[in-house]
Amino acid sequence: MVKKVIVEATINGDPVELLCEPRQSLLEVLRDELDMTGSKEGCLTGDCGACTVIVDGRAVCSCLMLGVEAAGTTITTIEGLADGANLHVLQQKFLEHAGLQCGICTPGFLMSAKALLDHNPKPTEPEIRYALAGNLCRCTGYDKIVKAVVDAAQTMLTGAGSGHGTVPRQSPSEATSAMLGKGEEVK
Amino acid sequence: MHAITYESPKTIADAVKLLAAHGEKARPLSGGTDLIIQLRAGTRRPEYVVDVKSIPELSRISFSLQHGLHLGAAVSCIEIYENADMRHYYPGLTEAAHLIGSLQIQSRASVGGNLCNGSPAGDSTPALIALGAKARLVGPKGERVVPVETFITGPARTVLQPGELLIELLIDAPAPHSSDAYLRFIPRNEMDIAVVGVGGSITLDLDDDRVVDARIALGAVGPTPIFAAEASKSLIGKKFDAAALDNAARLATSVATPIDDMRGTAEFRRHIVGVLTRRVLTTAAERARQSEQR
Repeated sequence: MVKKVIVEATINGDPVELLCEPRQSLLEVLRDELDMTGSKEGCLTGDCGACTVIVDGRAVCSCLMLGVEAAGTTITTIEGLADGANLHVLQQKFLEHAGLQCGICTPGFLMSAKALLDHNPKPTEPEIRYALAGNLCRCTGYDKIVKAVVDAAQTMLTGAGSGHGTVPRQSPSEATSAMLGKGEEVK
Repeated sequence: MHAITYESPKTIADAVKLLAAHGEKARPLSGGTDLIIQLRAGTRRPEYVVDVKSIPELSRISFSLQHGLHLGAAVSCIEIYENADMRHYYPGLTEAAHLIGSLQIQSRASVGGNLCNGSPAGDSTPALIALGAKARLVGPKGERVVPVETFITGPARTVLQPGELLIELLIDAPAPHSSDAYLRFIPRNEMDIAVVGVGGSITLDLDDDRVVDARIALGAVGPTPIFAAEASKSLIGKKFDAAALDNAARLATSVATPIDDMRGTAEFRRHIVGVLTRRVLTTAAERARQSEQR
């Protein structure tokens, strides 16, 4: 039996202490130890971006980082994007522009887009496409996602600076569940 | 993934002690964007993973005109291209760091790790060779400095001995009127492995536009990255014109030993070596001419 290691990190604003095996990826730790199943497992090789989370301000593939490497870091996952019942502007715009269909890639796209807008609140369309190049979507054809991010950036610049919309989340739907990282899922 | 023991030493001495104690059973971890995939696939099976990112010397970028560049082996690609000195003095190496994988990969992946992974197609290695970079290694028997063009000895094989750790990459401050560039060919815009990569650096005498120094390095066209020594030497002392460029491109092509695979035929790759050599040198020369303020 391999010795488990205690890892302390800040996840979505909360200090978290957890036990994990050194061989577990950050993605496995989030999903299997913390029951945060919003971050998705896709390729496990860093190609698809479905597992993207933000670590110390940078978008990373949580499948390519060990859980033990997260010690002392500050992590934001899809579960931390909405402010309680209020969707983040990016989430709202993904809904308005139909930037998601099956929803598997959506948490990763949202976290990549958030990391971009955190660093560059006024990105050009090519900059948005570049920042999202590490996220694959087989449904939307990308244009709707890019339009959603363009719109979200403009909205955040002109309107509510917090990044959170004032419109409370409407009745639950599959789309909003996917965006909140709260879809029902068999592990 | 098999069970591993994870260590995160804070000093070079502690890291080398761990690596030496466990020999082939230990592997340093930098960004992990290659190693974690290899662990999962079982292509590398170290029992000890030694995370080197907490060691200050491996995590710093230090540049001065007097001492040149010390680029820590674990510095991430994003840290490289967000560094103003890197962008200004080493634009070719910076653009190589900027096109490795996605932003998510660049957040973690390091140029030192790219080198130690030993891929013939790594984007940053030809850029390093073009700059005459040297690798500073520390091991149980002491320290040594190795030119980057001799570091990779075959696919996934390097000069690193058991217990030895890459600390940093050493690059001279650029000479007046010199610069570098890196280009790769891939069949799409982003997120692909080089079909061909070419790094080049050039130093010009602006009075008569003669080449004072030049270095050309090729990636993905042989079992290791290749320093095109003859092609580089052919430019020195010549006027930087189309004839000199064509001759250097021909000589660079002659040392490429590419294979046919799904990403391109050997014939196509040889052709692209010539095209990219001309373009890389032209870009490096344009940058060198604009670098008078240095």
